[in-house]
Amino acid sequence: MAINWFNYSSPASFYFLAGKMIPPFTIAATILFAVGLYIGFFVAPTDFQQGEAYRIIFIHVPAAWMSMFLYVMMAIWAGIGLAFNTRLSSMMATAIAPTGAMFTFLALWTGALWGKPMWGAWWVWDARLTSELILLFLYIGFMSLQAAIDDPRRADKAGAVIALVGVVNIPIIYFSVKWWNTLHQGASVSITQSPKMATTMLTGMLIMSIACWMYAIAVILMRTRTIILERERHTAWVGELQGATK
Amino acid sequence: MLPVQPIGCNSLNMSLWVIQRDLLLAMRRRADVLTTLFFFIIVVSLFPLGVGPEINMLRTMAPGVVWVAALLASMLSLGRMFSSDYLDGTLEQMLLSPQSLSMLVLGKALAHWLVTGVPLVLMSPVLGLQYDLSTEALLVLTASLLLGTPVLSLIGAIGAALTLGLRGGGVLVSLLVLPLYIPVLIFGAGAVEASAAGLGAGAHLSLLGAFLLVSLVLAPWAAAVSLRISME
Repeated sequence: MAINWFNYSSPASFYFLAGKMIPPFTIAATILFAVGLYIGFFVAPTDFQQGEAYRIIFIHVPAAWMSMFLYVMMAIWAGIGLAFNTRLSSMMATAIAPTGAMFTFLALWTGALWGKPMWGAWWVWDARLTSELILLFLYIGFMSLQAAIDDPRRADKAGAVIALVGVVNIPIIYFSVKWWNTLHQGASVSITQSPKMATTMLTGMLIMSIACWMYAIAVILMRTRTIILERERHTAWVGELQGATK
Repeated sequence: MLPVQPIGCNSLNMSLWVIQRDLLLAMRRRADVLTTLFFFIIVVSLFPLGVGPEINMLRTMAPGVVWVAALLASMLSLGRMFSSDYLDGTLEQMLLSPQSLSMLVLGKALAHWLVTGVPLVLMSPVLGLQYDLSTEALLVLTASLLLGTPVLSLIGAIGAALTLGLRGGGVLVSLLVLPLYIPVLIFGAGAVEASAAGLGAGAHLSLLGAFLLVSLVLAPWAAAVSLRISME
């Protein structure tokens, strides 16, 4: 039997599907965060070079991964919305942006907290740090553009253009920053040559990454539901929903 | 009198016609052109006042300062690219014309560069002298600006088209385009530093040329899509 996938591209049916999907993802995120943090704080051994400070990687690395994945996901959804004129895809893109920006900020913040004891500086103009900062600017540009446009359809499409232009530019920006960095910096601490990691450390980090995925999916679905309700507030089914809850 | 658009023209003529028209309009309002140029000069002149007149430091700072000022000057004048045509309805007629909208946007971006970018390029050697740059550095700086400023106008066209008619469009456009300008800034300012370090500016200038070619092809198209979205 073929499932009619297109059924779920309608905001009305997706609203209920998302409602059913949120609890499992929330539970998975909670359990995985608990396990990951337990491994991170109690099981993983102290690093002989970095001491206890290295433990911040359990949140820093997953946050940095998520910040990049989510930007690409956002651009893909926005692009689908622009190409096929599907409202739900654009709503997903809009819902992803704040979570992506949050992870980017988290990655920068935890990076600074790690950098102070390790490098003796809150911030160095390293290629990765700089491109992560620019990624935050791209997220903020996307969100402010959408916020400035009152008509939701125009906001969706304009956001899609800027997200896609951003995605084309990310590799260019990354490599320019990298070359700029190698031209300038003589002696700075490199974060590219990572020492071999203990298996428990790796396990903890992977569990935390999956936990971040689960959290991101749950939050994005919740935000999509809110956006659906906001945009479809004049429709009959939202009216019924309101009548039922009253 | 405005040049009359010849009937049955092709896309290339359309671009040329738009450039001609925008240049004529700019010449009728020369103050706008001069404002951008003086903004550029003032920003560059402010830096020594902020960081002190120590000439060795100024010499190393010069390419970055001139480039950042060029970025800001080019960005601040983006609002003018489409807004007056949008307000008097000309832009709507242009969108209805059978010619390719991308070519029209290309014409608009090139006209923007001729009006705001070229004066900056011509002025930059004089400003470089204030920072005691050598003759070779002055040449490289001018060449990098010559290759880089059209890229700024082309990328800026996307931002200008997206923010057309929005509240606070001027500030918003800076959030959108400044992150995208970063590679141009890096290689533009880097060209001068590389030549000063004895590495030669060839690689940086080649990359700037590559950016120019890529943005010549892609940016007018993206800006045309954006214009259609904004004018819906």
